[in-house]
Amino acid sequence: MSQLKDAILATTANGDKAFVPYIMAGDGGLEKLQSTISKLQELGVTAIEVGIPFTDPVADGPTIERAGERALANGTTLRKVIETLAGFASEIKVPLVAMTYLNPILAYGVEQFAQDASAAGIRGVIIPDMPLEEKDIIHPALQEANIALIQLVSLTSTPERVERLTKASEGFIYAVTVNGITGARSSFANELEEHFAKIQDYTDTPVLAGFGISSPDHVKSFGAFCSGVIVGSKIVDSLANDDWATIEELVLASKVATVR
Amino acid sequence: MSQTAIKNGYYGDFGGSFVPEDLQEVLQYIGEQYEKYKNDPEFNEELEYYLREYAGRENPLYLAENLTKQLGGAKIYLKREDLNHTGSHKINNVLGQILLAKRMGVKRVIAETGAGQHGVATATACAMFGMECTIYMGAKDTKRQALNVFRMELLGAEVVAVDKGQGLLKEAVDEAFADLVANYKNTFYLIGSAVGPTPYPEMVEHFQSIISKESRAQHLAKEGKLPTAVVAAVGGGSNAAGAFYHYINDEEVRLIGVEPAGAATLSKGSPAVFHGFKSYVLQDEEGNLLDTESIAAGLDYQGVGPLHAYLHTTGRGEYVTATNEEVLEAFKTLSRVEGIIPALESSHAVAHALKLAPTLSPEDSIIVNVSGRGDKDVEQVFAMLNK
Ligand SMILES: Cc1ncc(COP(=O)(O)O)c(C=O)c1O
Repeated sequence: MSQLKDAILATTANGDKAFVPYIMAGDGGLEKLQSTISKLQELGVTAIEVGIPFTDPVADGPTIERAGERALANGTTLRKVIETLAGFASEIKVPLVAMTYLNPILAYGVEQFAQDASAAGIRGVIIPDMPLEEKDIIHPALQEANIALIQLVSLTSTPERVERLTKASEGFIYAVTVNGITGARSSFANELEEHFAKIQDYTDTPVLAGFGISSPDHVKSFGAFCSGVIVGSKIVDSLANDDWATIEELVLASKVATVR
Repeated sequence: MSQTAIKNGYYGDFGGSFVPEDLQEVLQYIGEQYEKYKNDPEFNEELEYYLREYAGRENPLYLAENLTKQLGGAKIYLKREDLNHTGSHKINNVLGQILLAKRMGVKRVIAETGAGQHGVATATACAMFGMECTIYMGAKDTKRQALNVFRMELLGAEVVAVDKGQGLLKEAVDEAFADLVANYKNTFYLIGSAVGPTPYPEMVEHFQSIISKESRAQHLAKEGKLPTAVVAAVGGGSNAAGAFYHYINDEEVRLIGVEPAGAATLSKGSPAVFHGFKSYVLQDEEGNLLDTESIAAGLDYQGVGPLHAYLHTTGRGEYVTATNEEVLEAFKTLSRVEGIIPALESSHAVAHALKLAPTLSPEDSIIVNVSGRGDKDVEQVFAMLNK
C-alpha cells in the first residue's frame, strides 16, 4: 500500500488531475520550508516533491540548479532538510516525495535515511542518477519504511525498458516529457500522447508528466492524457519571487472545473 | 588484467553506470558498438595506421641519463607521450573513439577538457576527419589555458566556457553530458579520461593501453627485464591507466600514481557515486563534493577512474601526492637537466620520481610517464615565478 499512490488515485477519482509542485528545500532558507509546504497544501496540491540540493545535479535544468546553489550556499543538507521536516511532521497533510541524488543518501546511510525520511513525512523518493539495475542498493530499506521508489521513464527508453521501468515504479510513474533536463519549454513533441498511452498500458499505477511544464495550458494539455503533472522550474521561480498568484493559477488548472 | 576483476563495467565494487534514465540506452548503445569494434581487425588496422602516421607512435622510452646520474639511484626512463602529435597522451584515446564515432555514422563530436589537451586533441582529430566539434571547458580553465582555447578554435572547434560552480573540469563534464542527452542522435561524446559511466572507463583504458604495450616491450629490449616501478600522474586516470595496464599482472612491478596534494582523490577521498560511476571522490560528510586546488588544470578534479579506486583498495597500486611546490621544482628540473619541458600534470610524476629514485639501487629502473609537454604551461609558470 502506498499513501502516495492512494493520494493520486483519490484526486483522479474526483475527476481532478494530480498536481505535484517541486520545491527546492532551503532556497530562501530552511525556515521557509514549513510555511511553503502549508500554503501549497492549502492550495490543494496532491503531493509535494522536495528537492535536496546537491553539488553535482546532473539531471537539473538551470533554474533548479541555481536554486540548489542558493540552498547549498546557506548550508542546506539532506540531514538538515529531514530534521526540519520532522520538526513539523504532524502538520504535513500531503505525501512528500524527496528528489535527491544517490550520493547524499549513501553518505547519510541508506537504512538510517529510510527511517528518518519516513518519520519526516516522506512517502516517496526519486533518485535520478540511480538506474533500475542498481535499485537493490536502497529498495529493501525503502520498502521496510513504506517509501515508494519512483522510476523515471524517458522518451528515449526502448519499449522493453519502458515496460520494466513502469512495472517497477512505485507510487507513480514519472514520465519525462522533454528530452533532457528540467526547464520550461514552450512546445512539446506530438508523439507524447502515444508514449503516455503505452506507459499506462503496462500498469494501474498512475502516470504523471514532468519536466518542462510551465503554464496552466501545459497542465491542462498533459492532464488530458495522464493522471497529472509535476511542475518544477516554474514553481521554483515563482517561490523565489514570492509570486503565489502564478502558483495558484497552475494548481487551479488541474482542477475539474477548469479541465473541460 | 584478470577477467574476474572487471565484470559488467565493475572493477570490484567500483564503476557502474549511475546516470539518469535518458542516458542509459545511449550509453548501452555506445558500449555495444565499442564491443563490436574493439577486436575488429579492420578497425584496429585503421587505428594503428593513424597512431603511427598521424600521431607519431611509437614514441621513445628515453633513458634520462643526466637525471639518473644526478639522483644517484634507480635508472630513470621517460615514456615520451609528450612527443605525440598535439603534445600529450590524449590523442591515443581520441583517435580510438573518433574512429568508433565514424563507424557509428555520427557527424558531431563533443568533449570536455580541463587543461585543454584533450580538447585540442579532439579538435585536431575532428578537423582531420571532418566532424563538427564542440568543446566544453570550465570558465576558470579557459582563462588559465587561454592559448589552448585559441588552438581549438583555430582547429575549427566551438569552445563553450562553462561559467558554473568552480568553473573547472567537473562543470565541463556536466555540460557535455547534458549536450549528449539532448543530441544523442547525431552526437558522440568523446570523453577524455578513464572516468564516467560504463563503457567509458574501460574504453579509454583500452585505447590508452598502447602506452604500456610499447613501454613494456621497450624496457624488456633495453634492460632484459621489467621495470621496478611505473610512475604516472593521476587526474581522471587515463594516462596512468595506460601506463600501468600491461603491468597489472606483473606483481613485481610497482604501480605508482601521483595526485596533486590539493586534489588527492585516492589519498583523501572516500567511495561515492559521482559523474555516473562509483569511485573515490573528495566529498564532505554529507556527500557533497569538495573544492579542489591544483596548479595543473588537468588534475583539478574531485573524482578518479574506477580502475584506480580498485587498484588502490586492493593494494596493487600505490597512490601518493605531490605539492604544487614540488611540482614546480620538478618542472624546472626536467627542463634544465634533460632539456624536456614536461606538462604540469606530468611534472607530478616527475616530482615523485625525484623522491623515489635515490631510495633505490642502480639495478632498479623507473618508468616515468611524461604524459604531455609543458609548452601550454610555460606562460602560467612564468606568471607564478614572477609574482
Ligand atoms: C598532459 C596531461 N597529463 C595528464 C592529464 C590528466 O588526465 P589523466 O589522469 O586522465 O591522464 C592531463 C589532462 O588534461 C594532461 O593534459
